[in-house]
Amino acid sequence: MAAVLTPVRKTAGQSFSDWANAHRKWLFAAPAMIFVGLLIVFPVAWTLYLSLTDASGSVRADSDFIGPDNYLTVLTDTDRFWPAAGRTAYFTVSALAVELVLGMCIALLLWRPFRGEKWVRVAILLPLVATPVAVGMMWRLIFDPNIGFANQMLGWVGIPPQPWLSGVESALPTTIFIDIWQWTPMIVLILLAGLTSLSDEPDEAARIDGASAWQRFRYVTLPLMMPTVIVAVLLRSIDALKTFDILYATKGKGGGSFNEVETLNIYAYGLSFDYNKYGLSSTVLILFFLIIVGIMFFLTRRRKGTN
Amino acid sequence: MERKKLARTAAILTAATLGLAACGSSDEGAEGSDTIRVTVANHVWTDTIKAAIPEFEEETGLKVELTQLGEDQLSDQYNVKLNAGSDEIDVMMYRPLQEGRLFADNGYLADLSERVESNEDWDWSDFQEGPVTATTFEDQVVGVPIITEREVLYYRKDLLAAAGLEIPSTMEELEAAARTISEQNPGTAGFVARTGKSAAVTQFSSFLFSFGGDFLEDGKSAVGSEEAKEAYAFYGGLINKYGPENVSTDMSWSEAMAIFTQGGAAFYTEADSLYKNATDPAKSKVAETVGFAPLPAGPAGSKPYNIPSWSLAINEASQNQDNAWKFIEWATSKDMTLQIQQSGVPGPRSSVWADESGTSTYPEDLAEAITVSAENGVGHDRPLVKSVAEAREIVGGPIVAAITGEDSDNAADTAQSDFEKFLEGEQ
Repeated sequence: MAAVLTPVRKTAGQSFSDWANAHRKWLFAAPAMIFVGLLIVFPVAWTLYLSLTDASGSVRADSDFIGPDNYLTVLTDTDRFWPAAGRTAYFTVSALAVELVLGMCIALLLWRPFRGEKWVRVAILLPLVATPVAVGMMWRLIFDPNIGFANQMLGWVGIPPQPWLSGVESALPTTIFIDIWQWTPMIVLILLAGLTSLSDEPDEAARIDGASAWQRFRYVTLPLMMPTVIVAVLLRSIDALKTFDILYATKGKGGGSFNEVETLNIYAYGLSFDYNKYGLSSTVLILFFLIIVGIMFFLTRRRKGTN
Repeated sequence: MERKKLARTAAILTAATLGLAACGSSDEGAEGSDTIRVTVANHVWTDTIKAAIPEFEEETGLKVELTQLGEDQLSDQYNVKLNAGSDEIDVMMYRPLQEGRLFADNGYLADLSERVESNEDWDWSDFQEGPVTATTFEDQVVGVPIITEREVLYYRKDLLAAAGLEIPSTMEELEAAARTISEQNPGTAGFVARTGKSAAVTQFSSFLFSFGGDFLEDGKSAVGSEEAKEAYAFYGGLINKYGPENVSTDMSWSEAMAIFTQGGAAFYTEADSLYKNATDPAKSKVAETVGFAPLPAGPAGSKPYNIPSWSLAINEASQNQDNAWKFIEWATSKDMTLQIQQSGVPGPRSSVWADESGTSTYPEDLAEAITVSAENGVGHDRPLVKSVAEAREIVGGPIVAAITGEDSDNAADTAQSDFEKFLEGEQ
């Protein structure tokens, strides 16, 4: 005989909690999903859509869907796009290389305790806490060809004034110098954290075996540090690729009168805010986005490899 | 099935979030709000207006919320907010020759045609014709001019006297005087002016007109003409040969003005509306010895630009247009214009210029130079196209080529074809 069950009336609260229980994995993930959707997926999708239209003048104005035309225009543009891409690569690679070598040297010096260590650490970290725009404006004054401190200093030792930021050839290296001044401390910070977490034993063993300081660094410390180095490269390269503030604060629109420091970021900004060409600007940004994703993909694979 | 549920959950949550966001939005911009949001640029005009705003607030019982920004930041701000259709700006200070056409074309500027005619005391017919034309778009008045400008020659009386020279009245005399003074005074430039590719275009324009050229002729590019080539070579050549040592190609007015006011140059051509920077002893080492003269005449005469550099407009999306107009009416009234003009900003009202007290605070030679320039001035100082920023970069190329000693004729030919392409794209 089957028992007849009297259906229990569920209250609204209970039915919601049942529903929430059944869907809890989605419910807990929902805030993050909404965040990613609204702030990452939507803007990228919208930019992708704009890059396929001839939107200009105003984003609200009518625009036509023109397919890959903008991509063809940009990819065949040897006046602005490719030189800007070249400058972006030049800026990133040179700044990163110098910052890594310099950062490693400083981190190694700071690794072992010494007197006044705390003061030195604070002094080295100072550039990191300054706002990049303020840093750019400060160096712009220092490098001013006529009243700047840099040329005055050169004058004291009898060297003729240099064009620094105002020279077509010297402007980009000068901005790279500013980037190195500001961001080397971050590399030092990351590498120092890596160094202090290393165990002393392999180094001691190598020392007992009679390895020189360079050999111990080359064959023991550096290989052990590789995962940390790759993290530093990953973080810094993404930052360096999208540098904007230092370049804009020192050279202004279009990266100077000869576009001498115009990177992809400055170029895309100019297309949007000066030329009001939203379609083209979006195309440059999408291509730039793909480059960054590509580099990230490559570096994270390397990192997994070294792990 | 799972996917459908997920989509539904996401949709509900998104709707809830957006709903909450909507509840949180402010309703300050609602019709007839007592707060007028005014966005302005850093300028002497703004300083005077700012000081007078409490009077306006007391008279009307309205509140003014002022946002003050540098020129470039102001442009960026408009690009973002107006593009998004935001009603957060009621009154906006904008550059009719730079952004006016684009903004009007995009429908960002409210039609003021009826409002300007509605008050006889305020008197729209008192505004000079040139500035009014620049703020009228397809027969609709979209802005009220507030600042006018002409290019004049700033010079150092002491250096001229020491060299035994007269004030140059032609371009040839200017070049000869710049040469003599720079040779006699090592370390002092004979001539300085803006050098940035885009920034220099406006000041170069008066040279271009005085040499008989223009940016456009019958809607076609004219920057490759013989007259234009001569003008490029002359303007850039002056800076190349007699300019400051290690001159940079990024100078806008503030850098060039700094060189002049620090005693680094004998001649400087710049907008008259910036004269206070040179005559104010707190800002200028040469305040006592600075003189002003009309732009020297080129082969086609002395033809400086005479333009409205800034105007006030109402954001079409503003919900508070009536009050916004009250603010504009007050800020551009005869009294305020006189007061602002006395503080050193040349205004657009004929009656104020006719009034002796309107010019009494100006150095005598500057007032004369302004009167001369207003008579033979040209109504634009940059190519009048929709995308002015891009056009300026194209036509400014030969200027920097000449400044750095490159072949400016070649650069002008390149600019000519680039500008032609640009103009085709604009249509």
